[in-house]
Formats: sequence, C-alpha cells, structure tokens
Amino acid sequence: MDKVLIKGNEAIAEAAIRSGCKLFFGYPITPSTEIMEYLSKNMPKAGGTILQGEDEVASINMCYGAAATGARVMTASSSPGFSLKQEGLSYIAAAELPVVVVNVNRSGPGLGGLGPAQSDYFQCTKGGGHGDYRLIVLAPSKGQEMYDFTMQAFDLADKYRNPVLILADGFLGQMMEPIELKERPAVNLPAKDWVTNGCRGRNKRKIASYALTNEIGEANCMYWQTKYKQIKEEEQRWESYQADDAEYLLVGYGTCGRIAKSVVINARKHGIKLGLIRPISLWPFPENAFKRHISTVKGIVAIELNAGQMVEDIRLAVNCKIPVELYNRQGGMLPTETEIFQYVSQVFNLKLPEEG
Amino acid sequence: MQKVFTRPKGLTELPFHYCPGCTHGIIHRLIGEVLDELNIIEDTIGVAPVGCAGFSLDFFSCDFVGAAHGRAQAVATGIKRALPDKLVFTYQGDGDISAIGTSHAIHVAARSEKITSIMVNNAVFGMTGGQMAPTTLSGQVTTTSPYGRDSAAFGNPIDLPKIIATMDGAAYVAAVSADSPKNIIAAKKAIKKAFQVQQLGLGFAFVSVLSTCPTNWGLSPVESIKWLQQNMLPIYQMGELKVNKEVEAI
Repeated sequence: MDKVLIKGNEAIAEAAIRSGCKLFFGYPITPSTEIMEYLSKNMPKAGGTILQGEDEVASINMCYGAAATGARVMTASSSPGFSLKQEGLSYIAAAELPVVVVNVNRSGPGLGGLGPAQSDYFQCTKGGGHGDYRLIVLAPSKGQEMYDFTMQAFDLADKYRNPVLILADGFLGQMMEPIELKERPAVNLPAKDWVTNGCRGRNKRKIASYALTNEIGEANCMYWQTKYKQIKEEEQRWESYQADDAEYLLVGYGTCGRIAKSVVINARKHGIKLGLIRPISLWPFPENAFKRHISTVKGIVAIELNAGQMVEDIRLAVNCKIPVELYNRQGGMLPTETEIFQYVSQVFNLKLPEEG
Repeated sequence: MQKVFTRPKGLTELPFHYCPGCTHGIIHRLIGEVLDELNIIEDTIGVAPVGCAGFSLDFFSCDFVGAAHGRAQAVATGIKRALPDKLVFTYQGDGDISAIGTSHAIHVAARSEKITSIMVNNAVFGMTGGQMAPTTLSGQVTTTSPYGRDSAAFGNPIDLPKIIATMDGAAYVAAVSADSPKNIIAAKKAIKKAFQVQQLGLGFAFVSVLSTCPTNWGLSPVESIKWLQQNMLPIYQMGELKVNKEVEAI
C-alpha cells in the first residue's frame, strides 16, 4: 500500500476517522493542535462532528456525554490542557465510558516548553485525577505507531469500557514520516447494551458514578480493580530488541525507545551485549517483559525525558534484583546516542573490547 | 370512577426524598408532566448535576446521565451532538450552573446548543449544608457567610437568566418561581415551551425556577415560601426574558 508523508499528529487524526470516530471535542494547544486542525478539515467530510469547546474541561465532558450514547469519540491535548481534563477522565473511568484521549506531552511543570518531554508519565499511568482508576496508556515511538495505536485505542476502549490514552511528545507529533493508512482491523467487540440514547422499547438506563452507601462504594471499587487486573494480565505490550542474550538492558519508550535502539545497534558493533525493552503499554506496565531477564541481566538503564518516573516501575518489575540506573534529559532536550552509550559504559564500568 | 389526578409517566415510581417543603418535588413533577404531554419520554436524555438536584436521575423515567459538578451542559452538548434527533435537558441547581458551571452556561447559549436547561435557584448550596452561592442575596446568612453576605467582600447575586437573555444564541429564556399555584402554572408553561423550542430545533432554551431550601434556610416550609416571596422575587427578574421571533410562534 502507498504511504503518505504526514505529521504524527495528522496520523492520529486520520486513524481516528478511519476507526469510525464520529465526534471530536477539543481545545487548541501546542504541540497537539494539528490533530484538531486536521479533523476540523476532514471530520465533517467523513460524516462526523467536531466542536471546539470553551476549554479542556468542557471538551472532556462533551466526550463523556457523547461516549454515553455509544458513539466513538476522541479528544486531544498537551500537558497543561491534559491536566484540566483529569476531573472528566476520573468520571469517564468511573462511568466506564470508552473515550480515546491523546496527550502530546510538552515539558513542565507549569506552562513549560514545547519540546519533547515525558514528564507526564506519572500523571498518565497512575490515574491522573482523583480516585483509584487507570487509563490504558499506549506510547508510540514513530509516525506509523501514532496511526496504528490510535486504531487499537478505539478497540481497547470499547473492549474494556475504559478510557485509553495515546501518550506522545512534541517530537513525534510534529515530525513527518511516511505512513501506511491501513484499514481498520476487524475485531469482535462486545455489544454496547449500556448506552443512554433514549429508552425506546426498553427500560430507562442511567450512567453515573455516585455511590450512596459505603458498601456500594466498596463493591464498585472492587469491580473496577477486577477489570484493571484483567487488563494487566491481557494487555501488556512491549518491543524487545536484542534482549535475549543481553547482559545490559536499556529501557525507553516513545522517542527515547527509538534513540535507544540506535544505541543498542552501536553497542553490539563494539561487542557489548546490550539490549532494549521498549514499553508500548505504559499502563499496564509490561512487567512480563522483564521476568525472563531477571536472572541473566547485570544492569538496566532507563532512558527518560523527565526527572526519573518510569524508572520506579522498572525497579518494581525486577523486584530491585538488578541495579536500575537512570539517564535522563529534561525540559524539552533529547539525549544523543553517544551520551547514552557513554553513560552506560561508565555506570557499569564496561571496557570496550579492543577494536580490530 | 374517573381518575382526575395521577402521577405523570415522566416520573418513576420512586418516592421523592427531598426535604419537607423543598420545591424540587414540584419542579420535578412539572417536568414529568411535560415529558408526558409532549410524548417524549423515550426520546429524551436528561443530565443530572452534583448537589440535591443530582438525585433527579432516579426520579425521571427517561434515560439519564450524571455529570460532574457544573459540567451538565458540556455533557449535554456531547449527547446532543452525538444524537441530534433526541431531546436533551439538564436539571441543575444554582450552585452548579451559576458558579462552577458558568462558563458552560455562557457557551451553550453562545453556540445556541439545541438543549434545554432548567436551573433551580434556592440561593444556597443545598446538599453541602447551606453555603453561600453566587445567587445568595446580599446580607443573607449562610454557613460561609455567617455574618450575612457582605457585598463589598463577596459580591452581589448573579442573575443568570438575565445574562443569558442578552446572548444572541439564546432562543428562549424564562425566569419563574415555584412559590404559588399561579406561579407554578406559569413555570409549567415556560418549561413546556423550553422543550418545544428544542423539539423545533430553534436553539438554546433556559428556564430558571426560584425554589426554597427550608432545611438550610432554617425556616419552616411555610416560612420558606414567604421568605422566597419577600426576598428573592424582588431581586430576581421574573418572566419571559428572551423570546426570539421563531419562538413567539409557538
């Protein structure tokens, strides 16, 4: 199939249309705005509706309403705007509504900068808003994955009745890459027999998240946790590269995963047994990816664009049995392959084999 | 024997558990009757707020969605945009729509969103125990204005229907009161018209209903009605505040 050269943000938008997403509610914010601009142009042509809300709070709550009718719906934002959506996301998670959300992470805290960052990892993977809930979080590392994962996100959202987040960064959102506009995969999904679309020919339904008694409150929480446990068991996703015989592992997602791959290729040329685990689902965190390496790997380096957030999940995944170090850049800066390689060599005291 | 008075089909069988003397029950009944008379129960989706009015989702026999505090009109917008042929209404307290939800109230009117919003104004935050609301009258004692609302420090009451009536996108705005049989009849007419406006696709329709809160006002039901009449009716502008040309024809 022919490929088209488009921005990562546009790939997300096109994938949404081709996934049968009929409604988009958003509010412009750099570096995610191209998603909304692309949809403003193309969503109406595809028979969908796009509406620019008065703010992110309105936009996410419009998603809540649209999802309650059973329609496929999406919103997109970047860090400060994503913060504003947390209240709505908590309600959406509690009401079990399938909504796809995109966060094209910019650096923070505060207004921050527009460069690539992963500083929202905690916010995205640990809930983000109030209450004990989880979003399914997918982290693409290239344009094609921005497209593919968006399609998968809609199916996951419908399958589990849960909000699904695409977590990217300004680099992935803005960069143009050749992308194959694949057709939507055929997936068997449960019937939406819970929607509030007018009670013609059936009993009244309601969608809400209020628990009047503590007993009901606890039962609800236990039910949600059962669902999250199932997601944890079934949806861990990652890419392993040169990891089978690795003595040392790099772990990075998104843009970092991409850079780390080049580091591995380079290290292998030097005879160093370096491998890569690139988490794709950030929640559920791919703990299973680490299990087989716990007894063989001597050390791990997390590569992150933040002060060190995912590194905590890696330490938990390996039960602190392997030293897990951090190499990070912040505030919109990216690490080079060379500096990562130097750090790995230094921190594990690796002697490069004599060349020639 | 002919039955001359019955529970409207627009209401469920669940008995109201609002406080004695609270007019939520009356206003619920009016909406229930309208849903019934217009034969729209099966085509309507209601959106409930947070607060005492949040219980409304159990009392109406149409589908209902519970929104976050203040967000009912944004949620209603999402439903209406997804299902333009269905009827969507919000039922919100003054603390919901005229405080945390004000931006949505302004913008649904600006967009002339084809929904119906009912605001029940009792001049306090009821469910949380009678705190000051933007609608609290000057000098009114609440738990967060224990010395009376000091306008110099805490501002004057917001008359939301008056504000919404100034907006081009508002097709129909009415301010009514649930204090007397005469006013309740007028309230029913306004609510019915607000649903008809939506049925005809004429734009945003908004009805504010003055209500009582005996529990938090610390008054008996009878005293509460008198307090509403003596204190709220003179402050809040009453009547049909905006009737655009197309609506006049109804």
